[in-house]
Amino acid sequence: MQATKKYYFSDMGVMLSRSMRHIFRSMDTIMTVTITPIAMMLLFVYVFGGAIQTGTANYVNYLLPGIMLIAIASGISYTAYRLFLDMQSGIFDRFHSMPIARSAALWGHVLTSLVSNAISVMVIILVALIMGFRSPAGVLSWLAVAGILALFTLALTWIAAIAGLSAKSMDGATGFAYPIIFLPFISSAFVPTASMPKVVRAFAENQPVTSIVDAIRALLSNQPVGSELWVALAWCVGIMVVAYFFAMRIYQKRV
Amino acid sequence: MNAKQNKAIQVMGLQKSYKTVHVLKGVDFEVEKGSIFALLGSNGAGKTTIIKILTTLLKQDGGTATVNGFDVAAKADLVRQSISLTGQFAAVDEILTGRENLIMIANLRHLKNPRQIAEDLLNRFGLSDAADRRVSTYSGGMRRRLDIAMSLVGNPQVIFLDEPTTGLDPEGRIEVWKTVKALAANGTTVFLTTQYLEEAEQLADRIVILHEGKIIANGTLADLKKLFPPAKVEYIEKQPSLEDVFLAIVGKKEEN
Repeated sequence: MQATKKYYFSDMGVMLSRSMRHIFRSMDTIMTVTITPIAMMLLFVYVFGGAIQTGTANYVNYLLPGIMLIAIASGISYTAYRLFLDMQSGIFDRFHSMPIARSAALWGHVLTSLVSNAISVMVIILVALIMGFRSPAGVLSWLAVAGILALFTLALTWIAAIAGLSAKSMDGATGFAYPIIFLPFISSAFVPTASMPKVVRAFAENQPVTSIVDAIRALLSNQPVGSELWVALAWCVGIMVVAYFFAMRIYQKRV
Repeated sequence: MNAKQNKAIQVMGLQKSYKTVHVLKGVDFEVEKGSIFALLGSNGAGKTTIIKILTTLLKQDGGTATVNGFDVAAKADLVRQSISLTGQFAAVDEILTGRENLIMIANLRHLKNPRQIAEDLLNRFGLSDAADRRVSTYSGGMRRRLDIAMSLVGNPQVIFLDEPTTGLDPEGRIEVWKTVKALAANGTTVFLTTQYLEEAEQLADRIVILHEGKIIANGTLADLKKLFPPAKVEYIEKQPSLEDVFLAIVGKKEEN
């Protein structure tokens, strides 16, 4: 017992370095989680941007929060993919028959998801800066943004864990992410919700992405953050707790 | 007491059901320390279930099992420190190299000098040339060898091999057999399951046959042979099997 506790974080570190290697050796992963969102940002700013009326002079500023969320949503589908592969191969059996904490293997994947998404978001912010993104926000606001993004990543990661642990096929393990990747399109991420038809607008204004995007946008532009911040946090924490509960139940049953 | 200390594994009245299927219906056997023990049985007989219980991956419904003197249910952690498992499907990381796989396991076992341990095992298993290639480029036999090498990191006292040669070509199979024999010669207890009767004949000090959830035979090869009518002496021209031919030709080629 003592040994597994003593080494819990070093074991998790070994798992983290393993999955990070998987990411950096997979061109496909890097393309999907970083280059695709960047391409989308270029497309929206330089092709559609001229025709979109957001009421802000700088469309990159307006767009960035949504692009970051899309990047994270596509990033977590790879978490599900890697978990699914581990469940299929015998490697989890090997880990679980070794004197290491049972949950270290799963938490290794969760930690990988946080680290890799943080990296891709940072790359995207760098590209946005080159494209003219400017923010007057101070350190505290940036920390708040980082916190919201981390919570959003965790919430989606636990959903991904449910998919990865319970899927019967590769398509099932990754398919769940498409609706999540699509959510930012029906939100205030690309265009103001006021321009949408009534029903769509009602959906857009009451789904999690809009409150998260609005909160991040307000923080980055130094505008007063209203209730949307609390709504955003409530969504993230709520989804995270529920998904964590179900993912852990499946994990304990499966291993 | 003394007799107990000589046992690497003791299993008594082991029971396990999956929903409505009664897989193990009271299984008893003992494995001597430093011996090679073969569990035989057809597909679905419950061999993997027994391995999963003994390696703490699954809880039994009834009966007791101890490994290296520790109860698998109550002292799972101590059991895990004494064993290692090479499952039915190669438990290797395809994206990492062979060397990285071994270093990873050495790190997880918190050993000093993971690089040296990896280097030694790569040499011992003839994987030095392929050490820095990704495992996805390995042949089936190489993968299995790496799999077994990963199980040897940290020198566990008891090694479980679940169908170690399934899907291997004859050469690969002979390589695995050599490895298993060398392990037992060094004092490691080897518990293996197999569908190949020849494998048990070649390797095992003791053979147990599992059939429909019960042990129906338990003994040395000589013991089991006695269960059958005495051999008749007949004169038959010994034809080489296709395997003999294959190995002879391939072996010659390698010599050249």
